[in-house]
Amino acid sequence: MPSRDYANTRYSGLDEITTDNVAKLQVAFTFATGTLLGQESAPIVIGDTLYFVTPYPNILYAVDLTQPGGALKWKFDPKPAAASQGVACCQPVNRGPTYYNGRIFYNTLDAHTVALDAETGQLLWKTRVGDFNYGDTFTMAPLVVKNKVLVGNSGAEFGARGWLAALDASDGSIAWRAFTTGPDSDVLIDHAEFKPFYPQYRGKDLGVSQWPPEHWKIGGGTVWGWISYDPELDLIYYGTSNPSPWNHEVRPGDNHWTNGIFARDPDTGKARWFYQFSPHDLWDHSAVNENLILDMQWQGQMRKVVVRPERNGYMYVIDRVTGEVLAADAYTYITASKGVDLKTGRLIYNEDKTPSQGRVVREVCPNSPGAKDWTPSSFSKRTGLIYMPHNNMCMDWEVKPVSYIAGTGYIGVNARFYPGPGDGNVGELMAWDPVARRKLWGVPERWPVWSGTAVTAGDVVFYGNLEGWFKAVHAQTGEVLWQFKTASGIIGQPTTFRGPDGRQYVAILSGIGGWAGAMVSGELDERDPTAAKGFGNMVGELKKQSGIGGMLYVFALPR
Amino acid sequence: MYSRCLASLLLLGCTLLAGCERETRAFHEEAPAINDVSPTDFRAGGTPRPVAKNPQAAEYERNAFHISEGKRYYEWYNCYSCHAAGGGDIGPPLMDDEWRYGGEIEQIFSSIVEGRPNGMPSFAGRIPEQQVWEIAAYVRSMSGNAAKDAVPSRGDEIKTTKPLTQVPPTPERSEPPRSNR
Ligand code: HEC
Repeated sequence: MPSRDYANTRYSGLDEITTDNVAKLQVAFTFATGTLLGQESAPIVIGDTLYFVTPYPNILYAVDLTQPGGALKWKFDPKPAAASQGVACCQPVNRGPTYYNGRIFYNTLDAHTVALDAETGQLLWKTRVGDFNYGDTFTMAPLVVKNKVLVGNSGAEFGARGWLAALDASDGSIAWRAFTTGPDSDVLIDHAEFKPFYPQYRGKDLGVSQWPPEHWKIGGGTVWGWISYDPELDLIYYGTSNPSPWNHEVRPGDNHWTNGIFARDPDTGKARWFYQFSPHDLWDHSAVNENLILDMQWQGQMRKVVVRPERNGYMYVIDRVTGEVLAADAYTYITASKGVDLKTGRLIYNEDKTPSQGRVVREVCPNSPGAKDWTPSSFSKRTGLIYMPHNNMCMDWEVKPVSYIAGTGYIGVNARFYPGPGDGNVGELMAWDPVARRKLWGVPERWPVWSGTAVTAGDVVFYGNLEGWFKAVHAQTGEVLWQFKTASGIIGQPTTFRGPDGRQYVAILSGIGGWAGAMVSGELDERDPTAAKGFGNMVGELKKQSGIGGMLYVFALPR
Repeated sequence: MYSRCLASLLLLGCTLLAGCERETRAFHEEAPAINDVSPTDFRAGGTPRPVAKNPQAAEYERNAFHISEGKRYYEWYNCYSCHAAGGGDIGPPLMDDEWRYGGEIEQIFSSIVEGRPNGMPSFAGRIPEQQVWEIAAYVRSMSGNAAKDAVPSRGDEIKTTKPLTQVPPTPERSEPPRSNR
């Protein structure tokens, strides 16, 4: 699976590549993806085969690692509907396939899930899980838990109503679907089993009453991020996205159950607890980031927690049994809020920044992609540190009237982004100590870091930047030990694996795109600062530093 | 319409016919019909097949009221959600000089009504025809292709793009060798 394990650590026990020899890494082979719109997929390796998915048209490649230069074993073209590209808010990306029991599962942009025979590429089943005419698309990587393929929609920028669905891995039939908004029966809240820690989640049908009449039907709360699973507690954890539209004035209420985290029983889908990071979202602070499952020392006691680097700029430590927030520490420059009240669990918004029609709110930090977007962190069992890509950006924000028209964007905001205070560097790879609750070091980046990370038992952290540099960093000191310039910007997820020849390899897709790279890969016009929902305002030299591309790179030490 | 034109002649002292068109407010005008508009003028045999020009269409892009109405509808129908203020987002930029399906006002009209395969929804039956012409005229103005005296100079929203009065049309030359024809 792209996140390596159910705990989402992205930690590999391989240690042939070390801090001492990583500087000798060289290209073992490359492989053209044939697509150009933002390569976010993690390559995954099962046996002698490497698999990855391209952005639309979502071709799945199986690469034979036993052949010199990585020959094509087979490919699968699901032929998604071309029109679904229109409802992909932030480029038609795909975050990867997953493997379970001899099968490859992945999602296509037009809201289908497919299951393939991992050996032959034969299509075993294909299920239409959503409807892109109403804004449902798929960009996330599925997770399989107890023979259920968990998939969730994207589309909160189009008024899609969010859900997580569990498909039977054997035949693709839908076992359960948990909506993010609407009546308890749709959200799979059974009050006999639902035990949230805070009282604001305890009422009946809050997914209806915390919205204007009927608005929950077009209220967003999509599920396009990472899912983790604790086999001992037998609970899955995942985040829900921003409510729709971005203009908050048209949706008074806390907008349950958007922008929060659910713990659910994977067999029935029933909710166990919920916590809302950004109630009544003001800024598109979509709460879908990874939840690292850690057992750690907390004030002299071992606690079962999830650590969540959240888009709103706080690093949350949450008791994963009860849903109690133990800590929420700012890890970046924040003006949008003033902290988290640990008694009530509520985010304390900065009243001065509340947007209202007719007034441009300035210097809102973090901006809508947030202190950290989908880009997954990693956690090293050896160093005890979290390696987190994150950003320091602010924005001007103006709400405007908006009407819902199915198939068009449901936004109601003009925004323009710019670097946060500091030296102009916008991104950083940060090492965070979750026990001491502080940053240890950071590797500064000129542009938003839009790639994931991986960390190894050789104490090397891998990630890439928008210019296309793929980097190896010392997991203890933050020293950049090696870097290689790939052909295009990197927004993918690094993978390390042992090849059929017994050597350790590192793989990454290069290919700029996604929200942060859309100005380049979409060939958008920066004379409009609101292009790409605000990134038009901060293109700078990026178009010179990174070209459009789509290539898999695989590295190894020389023989 | 005649008297309105006279009135504006007197009031604004406009002397040119273009000035009249600029100020005309047509509410229930018969909108020009669209037919035979292809995204390409490339034709087998060598002679380009011109876009079927619609005489009334041109009036839309010379008229201030139509263009400013077009700007309003561009917001209203959520065009900005996919094309931003012309710089593009999910859909391509509309303020540049590159057109996948043609940049003549008739072709833009057709893009809006028919939709386009890679994610441009069809607005057929959703937007009244006259409003589509107004939107199309506004889209033309983004790339400097509408009458300069007819485009709105600035909006009161967050500063997005340059005032449309300052957008220059792209300079072009045409000097193919004779022997090719
Ligand atoms: C759901 C997103 C979406 C919405 C809403 C949308 N567009 Fe588009 N538009 C697109 C996409 C995607 C394309 C490119 C289609 C293709 O290449 O096949 C496009 C193409 C176009 C084109 C053709 C551009 C060219 O290069 O030839 C025009 C003109 C256009 N749109 C205008 C509009 C107008 C005006 C509106 C509002 C009435 C609008 N669009 C609403 C997504 C959208």
